[in-house]
Amino acid sequence: MGAVAIARVAEPSGSLQEVKEWGLDREDLLLIYRNMLITRGVEERGHILYRQGKIPGSFYTGRGNEAASVGIAMAMGADDVGTPLHRDMGVHITRGVEPWRIFAQYMGRADGPTQGRDGNVHMADARLGLIAMVSHLPALLPVAVGCALAFRIRDERRVAVAWFGEGASARGDTHEGMNFAGVRRLPVVFICDNNQWAYSTPTHLEYAVEHLADRAQAYGFDGVVVDGTDVLAVYREAKRAIEKARDGGGPTLIECQTLRMEGHAVHDDAFYVPKELFERWAERDPLERYRTWLREHAEMTDEQEDEIAASVKKLLNDALQRAEESPQPDPSTLLEGVYATPEDLDTPHHK
Amino acid sequence: MAELTYLQAISDGLRGEMRRDKRVFVIGEDVGVYGGAFKVTLGFQEEFGPWRVIDAPLSETAIVGGATGAAMMGLRPVAEMQFADFVSCAWDHLVTVAAKQRWRAGTPVPIVLRLPSGGGFSGGPFHSQNPESSFAHIPGLKCVCPATPEDAKGLIVSAIEDPNPVLFFEHKHLYRRIKAEVPEERYTIPLGKARVHQEGEDVSVITWGAMVHTAAEAAKQVDGSVEIVDLRTVLPWDEQAVLASVRKTSKVLVLHEDTRTGGFGGEIAATIAEEAFEDLDAPVRRLAAPDTPVPFSPVLEKAYIPQVDDVVRTLKELISY
Repeated sequence: MGAVAIARVAEPSGSLQEVKEWGLDREDLLLIYRNMLITRGVEERGHILYRQGKIPGSFYTGRGNEAASVGIAMAMGADDVGTPLHRDMGVHITRGVEPWRIFAQYMGRADGPTQGRDGNVHMADARLGLIAMVSHLPALLPVAVGCALAFRIRDERRVAVAWFGEGASARGDTHEGMNFAGVRRLPVVFICDNNQWAYSTPTHLEYAVEHLADRAQAYGFDGVVVDGTDVLAVYREAKRAIEKARDGGGPTLIECQTLRMEGHAVHDDAFYVPKELFERWAERDPLERYRTWLREHAEMTDEQEDEIAASVKKLLNDALQRAEESPQPDPSTLLEGVYATPEDLDTPHHK
Repeated sequence: MAELTYLQAISDGLRGEMRRDKRVFVIGEDVGVYGGAFKVTLGFQEEFGPWRVIDAPLSETAIVGGATGAAMMGLRPVAEMQFADFVSCAWDHLVTVAAKQRWRAGTPVPIVLRLPSGGGFSGGPFHSQNPESSFAHIPGLKCVCPATPEDAKGLIVSAIEDPNPVLFFEHKHLYRRIKAEVPEERYTIPLGKARVHQEGEDVSVITWGAMVHTAAEAAKQVDGSVEIVDLRTVLPWDEQAVLASVRKTSKVLVLHEDTRTGGFGGEIAATIAEEAFEDLDAPVRRLAAPDTPVPFSPVLEKAYIPQVDDVVRTLKELISY
C-alpha cells in the first residue's frame, strides 16, 4: 500500500503525575475503573439474559471498546452532547444512565429508555446529553454536527461528540458531516471506533488509507490515532480535542483502535476473525490493562479493588432484579407520541 | 392587506417568524448571498446575518441531518432543498431519524423543510417532481402543500411553530403566477384542516397545490356546480372535510399532479369507499399524472401533467353519470 500516514499517533498513557496534569484526580481514576467494570458487566449479563431467552431480537455488545467509550465520555463536559453507538455502552454508563434501565431496554420493557419501542443499544437519555442512535450508520454523525451548529449559532461553549465506526466511514453521511463541520469550524469531535471489522468485512476491504484519522486533513482539521485499549490515552486525546473545539479551534477526528472481541451480534461467532488476532488483543484487554496501571501507578490496593468489584456486582444484581420487575409495554399506547405536542418541547434544550 | 405573490407570501411569513423568534434560522444551498434559487430568502442574510441564513455546501444529508441536530438543541431550523427532487438525498435523515425520534426516543424534531416542487416549465425528470405521497406514507412527518398566497403564509408560520418535522411543498408553478391579498399581521392556519376553495352541489374535486387552480379553471367550463376541496396538508389530511363534501355532492374526482399508482389520491379514494360508499352516485374517479418520470419536452410534459381539458372531460363524465 502506498498510502502515507498523516494523522498524529498518540503516545501511550504515562505516570500518575502526568495524568493529574490532565485534570484527573485519584477519585476520577477509580471512577473510570468502576465505569469500565459496569460497562463490561452490563454486557456480560446481557449475554446471560439473551441465553435465557429474555431478550427479543438480537443482542450487540462492545467488548473490547470499554476504554475507548469510557475514556471519551469522561472527557466530556456536563453540557456537552453526544451520539454514542452500539459499541459505546461505556458512554451511557459514564453519563449516568442507570443499568436497570439498560436491562429493561434489552428486554423491551416499559422502563427502558425507549419503552420497548426500540431495542438493544438504540437508546439515549436526552437529559444526559445523549441522542439515541439508529441502525443506519452513521446517520447520527451529521446530527451531531447540527448540535454543534446550534452551539455556534448561540455562541455557547458546548461541544458535540459524534461517534462512528470504521465501517460507517465508507458512507456519504461521514463525508458530508465532516466537510460541513470543517468548513464552519464547528465545535464537534469525531470519534471513530475502529474495531477492525464491519460485520465480517476487514479494514483492507473498507478503506485504502493508512489510518482513517488521516482523512481529517482533507476536511481541514487534525486527526489523531490512539490506542483504544488505553483508557488514559483516550481520555487525554479526547480532552485535548474537546477543549480545543470549545475554544473555537474546530473539529478533531480521533481514531480509537481496538478489536471487536465478539461477533457483530450474538448470533455471529466471528469465525472469520483469525484466532491469533483475538489472542493478541486479549493480551491488551482494556480492563486488565487499566487495572494493572492503577496498581502500579496509583496504588490501588487489593481491598479497594475488591470493594469496587463487589459494589459493581451488587449494582448489577439489583439492576437485573429491578428490570425483570419492569412491566411489558402496553399495546394500547402504540399510537402515542408518533407526533410531538408543544408540551414535548418543554425541555432544557427547547427553552 | 397587501397583494402578494405566492412566493412573496412565503418570504413574508418566514421573515416574520425570524424577526419574532431568534431560534428560527435558514439553512440551504445558495440561500444567503444569492437569496435561494427562487429568491425566497432574498435579502435575508443582510437582515439576519450569516449565522442565521446559512449557505451550506452541496450536502442535503448534512443540511437535513444538521437541521435535525440543531432542532434537538432547541433551535427552529428552516432548511431549503433547492428543488424538492433533491430531498431524495436526505431521505434517510427525514425518514430514519427525524420522523421516528419522538416516537422511539422521546425527542421532538421541530424542523421545516422547504421543497420547491411541481412541474410545468420543462424542468425535466429531476426538477419537476411532487414527492409528497412518498412522505405522506411516513408516520411522524407532516406534509403541507399550499395553493394560495394567504395559505402559503399562514401555513409556513404553522409549520415553523409545529413541534414535528414538516415538509413544506411549495409549488414552483405558483410562485409568481398567483397573486392575492394577504393579511399583513401574523396568523396561523392549522395543519390538517382543508379549505373549500369553491362551493358546489353536483360534483366534488379533492385536490391540493397547483391542481386547485387547474380544477377551478375546469369548473368554469362545465355545465354544473363544482365544489373544490383544497386539502392544504396531505399528512395529516382532513378526512371529515372530504367526507362532508362527498356526502353533499355524491360524486367525486380526486386530482393530483403526482403519479397515479401509490399516489395519495388512492388513500383518499379508499377512505371514501370505506366511509361514504352509500352516499356515492358514481364511482370515485382519480386523475393524476401517468406512471412515468416527469418528461422534459413541453409537448410531453403537457401530456403528463393533468390539464384543464382533462379535468373538464372527467367532470363532465361524472356529472352525466
